Amino acid sequence: MALAFDEFGRPFIILKEQEQKSRLRGLDAQKTNISAGKAVARILRTSLGPKGMDKMLQSPDGDVTITNDGATILEQMDVDNQIAKLMVELSRSQDYEIGDGTTGVVVLAGALLEKAERLLERGIHPIRIAEGYEMASRIAVEHLEGVANKFEFDETNLEPLIQTCMTTLSSKIVNRCKRSLAEIAVKAVLAVADLERKDVNLDLIKVEGKVGGKLEDTELIYGIVVEKDMSHPQMPKQIEDAKIAILTCPFEPPKPKTKHKVDIDTVEKFQTLRLQEQKYFDDMVQKCKDVGATLVICQWGFDDEANHLLMNRNLPAVRWVGGVELELIAIATGGRIVPRFQELSTEKLGKAGLVREKAFGTTKDRMLYIEHCANSRAVTIFIRGGNKMIIEETKRSLHDALCVTRNLIRNKSIVYGGGSAEIACSIAVEAAADRYPGVEQYAIRAFGDALESIPMALAENSGLQPIETLSAVKAQQIKDNNPHFGIDCNDVGTNDMREQNVFETLIGKQQQMLLATQVVKMILKIDDVISPSDY
Amino acid sequence: MAIDRIFKDEASEEKGERARMASFVGAMAIADLVKTTLGPKGMDKILQSTGRGREVTVTNDGATILKSLHIDNPAAKVLVDISKVQDDEVGDGTTSVVVLAGELLREAEKLVATKIHPMTIISGFRMAAECARNALLQKVADNKEDAEKFRSDLMNIAMTTLSSKILSQDKEHFAKLAVDAVMRLKGSTNLESIQIIKKPGGSLMDSFLDEGFILDKKIGIGQPKRIENAKILVANTAMDTDKVKIYGARVRVDSMARVAQIETAEKEKMREKVQKIIGHGINCFVNRQLIYNFPEELFADAGILAIEHADFDGIERLALVTGGEIASTFDNPESVKLGHCDLIEEIMIGEDKLIHFSGVAMGQACTIVLRGASHHVLDEAERSLHDALCVLSQTVNDSRILLGGGWPEMVMAKEVDELAKRTPGKKSLAIEAFSRALLAIPTIIADNAGLDSAELVSQLRAEHQKERCTAGIDVISGSVGDMAERGICEAFKVKQAVLLSATEAAEMILRVDEIITCAPRRREDRM
Repeated sequence: MALAFDEFGRPFIILKEQEQKSRLRGLDAQKTNISAGKAVARILRTSLGPKGMDKMLQSPDGDVTITNDGATILEQMDVDNQIAKLMVELSRSQDYEIGDGTTGVVVLAGALLEKAERLLERGIHPIRIAEGYEMASRIAVEHLEGVANKFEFDETNLEPLIQTCMTTLSSKIVNRCKRSLAEIAVKAVLAVADLERKDVNLDLIKVEGKVGGKLEDTELIYGIVVEKDMSHPQMPKQIEDAKIAILTCPFEPPKPKTKHKVDIDTVEKFQTLRLQEQKYFDDMVQKCKDVGATLVICQWGFDDEANHLLMNRNLPAVRWVGGVELELIAIATGGRIVPRFQELSTEKLGKAGLVREKAFGTTKDRMLYIEHCANSRAVTIFIRGGNKMIIEETKRSLHDALCVTRNLIRNKSIVYGGGSAEIACSIAVEAAADRYPGVEQYAIRAFGDALESIPMALAENSGLQPIETLSAVKAQQIKDNNPHFGIDCNDVGTNDMREQNVFETLIGKQQQMLLATQVVKMILKIDDVISPSDY
Repeated sequence: MAIDRIFKDEASEEKGERARMASFVGAMAIADLVKTTLGPKGMDKILQSTGRGREVTVTNDGATILKSLHIDNPAAKVLVDISKVQDDEVGDGTTSVVVLAGELLREAEKLVATKIHPMTIISGFRMAAECARNALLQKVADNKEDAEKFRSDLMNIAMTTLSSKILSQDKEHFAKLAVDAVMRLKGSTNLESIQIIKKPGGSLMDSFLDEGFILDKKIGIGQPKRIENAKILVANTAMDTDKVKIYGARVRVDSMARVAQIETAEKEKMREKVQKIIGHGINCFVNRQLIYNFPEELFADAGILAIEHADFDGIERLALVTGGEIASTFDNPESVKLGHCDLIEEIMIGEDKLIHFSGVAMGQACTIVLRGASHHVLDEAERSLHDALCVLSQTVNDSRILLGGGWPEMVMAKEVDELAKRTPGKKSLAIEAFSRALLAIPTIIADNAGLDSAELVSQLRAEHQKERCTAGIDVISGSVGDMAERGICEAFKVKQAVLLSATEAAEMILRVDEIITCAPRRREDRM
């Protein structure tokens, strides 16, 4: 640790307890950071592409997750290193923004760091490298727009959308039935999409999973599925043309927030209080009945007495429904959430064509289906699968597919997958590099090299000769001046990604490059790491 | 510059070959653990719990064994999970599914050792699984139309399922019990209406099926022990002192006289409530909550049979079978539906008195009373019977059946082998491996029975080259026998679930190339 001394030769304390802190500076700091970033990227590298492998993650509580979704792996990895955490953030922001390509972005950032390390060894200043990367990423993003295609679809012709979803799903374990899942995802998104405003609120799509059955049994329900059953075992299991009262107040005596006491000191008081209580329950139930509700959905519990009164008046009810589900039900059925019995009125009731309870398997699991809603703007994807891990993984995969579809609705531009876009960008960046005078030229060229690492990883994971395949594809692209050649991961026999129908969204790809460059720039600019030393 | 640790302390990471080895070894260890329980001559396991009392369970049910294990290996957890799902979904085949997945992984390990990429193995396995399923579909028998035959099919399935369990000695008896019980359900899979009561004492053969409903409760003192043509009110209400539910209410008095007054008022209130209940015109009252002495006395006075503190399941079931509703308020007697049954009486099983409701409104429900030498035997008998009931109720809905005794595996293996010969490329190796894994199941069944498995399986394979072969391993006589003749059947649904979940699990484990284990969450040391 470097020390500062004052004019009397005494050590000068700059940092609190500085003897106990370890400090890395200059080239050492950069190299350590780079190696940490690379380590994270190396973990994800084998998960890239349709033939990528999965990771098995064991959580602190011993639960097992098996996934190949980059964001999930990183999130559950229990990372301690600061720079590694940055990479985790990187993948997460790609997940939030785009939803897909979370693995690719980390692999790209790792490759950029690797190339930067070599440049640093040559003595190029990190800021110059960062600037070079910045320029290169701008060139690449612009070039992407050049190679992007407009993508035509409308409500009658969903095929292109389904194809895109299939590309996304093909890298996951669910690729066995990617066709049906892709169809489900597309239909779900279109059901909730606002095509006028080109916006999709993915919150309206609920993804529920239930262990058992086969993956093929996964279905899309135009309505809501709630994992609840009727509060009284003898209430009707099926209600047609239901009018639903959605309540957030319990069927229980009121509990005023202010502290109070009701003192009972005479027999009369005791009796009036009792009558009051009975009347209270009676009023509550009667109120629901009066406005014409045929189903009560409540966020809270019921008292035994209230429960029986509901049953007695032939008013089926569901209790302990979660807040989010309640909101979805309200949206789907066009009802209003009512916080007090007094405010209940006929127009606030939601409407659904069919409400039914369904039992599964040999255990007594029941689910409540609310279908044919007034407003079909809320849908549920109901996943079945062999075990819990498959279901979780299917949920994640479907999330990716839903995001991709949403992005396509927002912006119809696409680029071709299979690494073809990266190779095309790499060629463009390298061609542009020669035009820049100065040291940045090297950084730009390095960026071009780094882009190639994605097709390289794809080829490696698919069991192809990476260097041979990549150079062949690159040569082909330059020769034919056709940016659609990529790595043939599935061994179909053609390199033209347009024929294979493998594509990704333009914004997804652009975002990947921009985000990766930004993080790498940030890491390169760090020249001093001060951390509390191990105790 | 060395790479800093990117993980937290104690978190570990295993990569590539090592990760794959770890998951293979873990999965195979689990499969080997339950392997010996497979088949009619499979052995049982003793499980001792770590909790207080060191309770002991003796079982041969795969799901039960695996559920009680404390496992650290993540791949092993995947297998435990599939066995649990198999149990929930179809009820039987919990051991087979784990063994098959284990065998698939064992074969996969050999392939990986010869440098075949896991993805190639997976795609081979998928093709094989699809082909095997189709092979089964072609061979299923469906006797739904013929009621007589269907029943005998059910009997066969029940006997086959039970033959690997502790009940195998009396399997005919229990198969009949299970089939009768399931037939009463008339196609519904709601096993809740079949109640199983365990009473130690007697022998397993003394177990019987009762068409009524048995509640494990005593009748209050001084109340009638036998009621004919009973009207039953099923309730869930407080019969101690009715609490005032309004928040913040409390009794505050200034003299003893007042206390007495309020007490009288309370009593009065209870008396009123009882009067209201009696006003329903009932002669039997069943409550989920306690009934205190005072109301009990009132009921006894009115000649009403009052049963207190029935458990929630019991109440629901009772309401279901008698057709009454569970009531909590008693103000409008005319709208409350009462339950009916022809006869309520107290019966003795062993040393215990139970209440027996017979001639109930809904004929679906029934009770199976299990008798046996000890709690362990009874517990195991219940599990076995549960398996049989699950399988039967699923079969009633999906009536396709297959022969047992390793026959389906041989059929599948044969088709898969054919497929391997037709498939070009490295995948065919994986497909071959799949068929070997399928053959492992009859091998294990034979091994467990102490037979010469190599000899038997090869004989069986030769038999299966013939058209319309029905040969399988007959463990009792120790030779290859005709399964159709011996009446050994299995439900198609179970076999299909075994095949698909095992392949899925194996695939999932194969795809893993890295295991990251987080640091275990610190727990306070409880001394």
